[in-house]
Amino acid sequence: MALLLIRYGEIALKGKNRPFFEKKLHKNIRNTLKGLEPFQVTFEKGRYFISIPSEKISQAQERLQKVFGIISISRAVRVSLDLQEICAEALQLLKDNYKPGMSFKVNTRRSNKSFHLTSPKINSTVGAYILESGLDIQVDVHNPQLLLTVEIRNKGAYLCAAEAAGPGGLPVGVNGKGILLLSGGLDSPVAGWMALKRGIELEALYFHSPPFTGEGAVNKAVDLCKVLATYGDPLYLHLAPFTELQKQIRLNCPESLMITLMRRSMLRVADKLAYQRKAGVLFTGESLGQVSSQTLENLAATNEVASLPILRPLIGFDKEEIIDRARKIESYDISTRPFEDCCTLFVPPHPATRPSIAELQEAEKVIPLKELEESCLGNIETIKILPRGGER
Amino acid sequence: MMAREVYLDNSSTTPMHPEVLKEMQTLLERKYGNPSSLHRLGNDAERTLSSSRQLLAEQLGVKSGEIYFTSGGTESNNMALAGIARRNYRRGKHLLTSKIEHPSVLEPLKKLEVEGFQVTYLEPDRNGLLDPFQLAETVTPKTILVSVMHVNNEIGTIQPIAEIAAAIKRKNPQTIVHVDAVQSFTRLPLSPREQGIDVLSISAHKFHGPKGTGALYIRGGILVEPLLAGGEQEKGLRAGTENTPGIAAMALAARLNSENRKEKTAQSKIFKEKMLSSIETAHPWAQINGPRKAEGVPNILNISFPGLKGEIILHALEEHNIFVSTGSACHSRKNKPSHVLEAIGAEKAALDGAIRISFSSMNTPEEIEYAASKIPQVISELKAFMS
Repeated sequence: MALLLIRYGEIALKGKNRPFFEKKLHKNIRNTLKGLEPFQVTFEKGRYFISIPSEKISQAQERLQKVFGIISISRAVRVSLDLQEICAEALQLLKDNYKPGMSFKVNTRRSNKSFHLTSPKINSTVGAYILESGLDIQVDVHNPQLLLTVEIRNKGAYLCAAEAAGPGGLPVGVNGKGILLLSGGLDSPVAGWMALKRGIELEALYFHSPPFTGEGAVNKAVDLCKVLATYGDPLYLHLAPFTELQKQIRLNCPESLMITLMRRSMLRVADKLAYQRKAGVLFTGESLGQVSSQTLENLAATNEVASLPILRPLIGFDKEEIIDRARKIESYDISTRPFEDCCTLFVPPHPATRPSIAELQEAEKVIPLKELEESCLGNIETIKILPRGGER
Repeated sequence: MMAREVYLDNSSTTPMHPEVLKEMQTLLERKYGNPSSLHRLGNDAERTLSSSRQLLAEQLGVKSGEIYFTSGGTESNNMALAGIARRNYRRGKHLLTSKIEHPSVLEPLKKLEVEGFQVTYLEPDRNGLLDPFQLAETVTPKTILVSVMHVNNEIGTIQPIAEIAAAIKRKNPQTIVHVDAVQSFTRLPLSPREQGIDVLSISAHKFHGPKGTGALYIRGGILVEPLLAGGEQEKGLRAGTENTPGIAAMALAARLNSENRKEKTAQSKIFKEKMLSSIETAHPWAQINGPRKAEGVPNILNISFPGLKGEIILHALEEHNIFVSTGSACHSRKNKPSHVLEAIGAEKAALDGAIRISFSSMNTPEEIEYAASKIPQVISELKAFMS
């Protein structure tokens, strides 16, 4: 069995809520490792320790790098609280990572104050022991090529040679639930990722227009949710049939208002769904001024119809920044699949950039919006998305 | 609604013929030996392989030693182009083809350009036809290979390959003529020796055989460099254990699909005319892409509804259990418009609104009757609120 040591960040600062945050993170860690049994997750004062078969350690590390709340993950070796053993193990770790001429540094944290040496003293003792080995190495306390960390804790000493960065953020679930309006584009998955990062438990709402949009479009939404579910598992995807609404708006309302009217209907449906699912906030992938339907007037026109707050995490992002992020979270290749979706179905040549609320309300009067939206909401199909191995 | 699906996307792939499926199942179960093994099971497989080779050779009127088995059309085309160019570059580095070839021809040629070959891409006319004389004019003493597809997979144009080959050989008898016959084999008469074809690609799943199997005819005496390094299979030209069940199934499918060709072609013609007349009566604004009648095969109909979107028509038809393709299945997962429709000068609205309807001998008159009445109806519904 191999050992992983996990450090967490921001949640250590929270006062009375701390146990709640730590329990959530503990649960999320266990959840992400499902399928890599037998493993054991233990929590001990500011650290999680995972013992797991060594052939599964890379896979575990990869998954843990997507668990929000984690700051870093290291492979660790545990030895008893014996200075001789610590020195021997430190030398072994250095040899495993040895390159002639390399620099190193020993960094000790002693949370177990009953250990007889202070941290600086341990640093110098271990450092000296390594230097005596006669290897071609030197100490560099500012920019070491290899940082050996020694943690002196109650149950023993933990030594690590390298650490992988975690994603930071807050454990998913500590900040309540939100509904993400997911389209087939690049933006909304990134917005969803940012919501998850701040501890939101997410459910996605995807509007489709069968039969005009095919299974390819729905599969795309499912695959995007699978990506998000690797960060926040499980994730529910709600598929809402939009065809009738879209047809009625297309046939009866001014063409230039079509996009804004569609968005207003989507937001109204999302708002109602949020109440059903006990969610407290809506997320969209809108960024200010990116397209003509993302003017202040258009954003205001959508805000007007929702009772819950609409958060737009990408509001100040440039397209390039969004693309960068999409590549990092690996949603890019899915978002760029070319299927028609309900938003590309009919695009008017000149959408209105400054529709007034009165104008929109007037346009909405000619169609039986209430019934259409209720039927859309009532015919939602909900899928539970698992990050690995399909949906159910 | 039709209970069974009405499959009209036969240029993408075809369902397997029931007899072929049965044959393949038997082979998978019983003749699992490796043709290279020395024991009885190996010999059995080897015999199956050689009789399949014989059967296929007879279909083409060539020697069985000139047939090489591959994994399908893409590999056959790659092997023909890259294999011949890399082995024959000392005679010249010029290659010639058209702008409406399949990506499995165009992409290997792009790679060869990077390796230092010059490639000329000829423009077809509005119907997708190439002019043999214009083609021959481009041939130089340095032209080692010409690649032309027999039937275009998107618009169904039939190239006059015998005239093309003859014109090329008059200009340079050394030039090797490759024909991508993936769409035409078993549907149109093919005899490489009579038509002056030196190398010819086929793919089993286009004529009711299994996927993952194809063949390349290489006239004796032509030197080809293998794409894969490995065992000595296929006289060292194609390493890898032979897909015996697939190959036997392909040979059987070739025989079955070539039978009663005249009747099948006549039926296809009736299907196409029925479809066309019912669409054009209801929607005179529809535009045919490519050849109207004589120059095209009867099993492919490429038609545009300007103002509508191909993918949306496709999904709307799917709702009625009718399966067609947009411009071409190979493009339909990319955002790019079809390079074939672009090359024949189709306008933007026609590119966006194109669907391809393709028949096979497994379609029935009832299916066509149903689809021919449904398609114009669906187009009317879509038109009402899309354009």
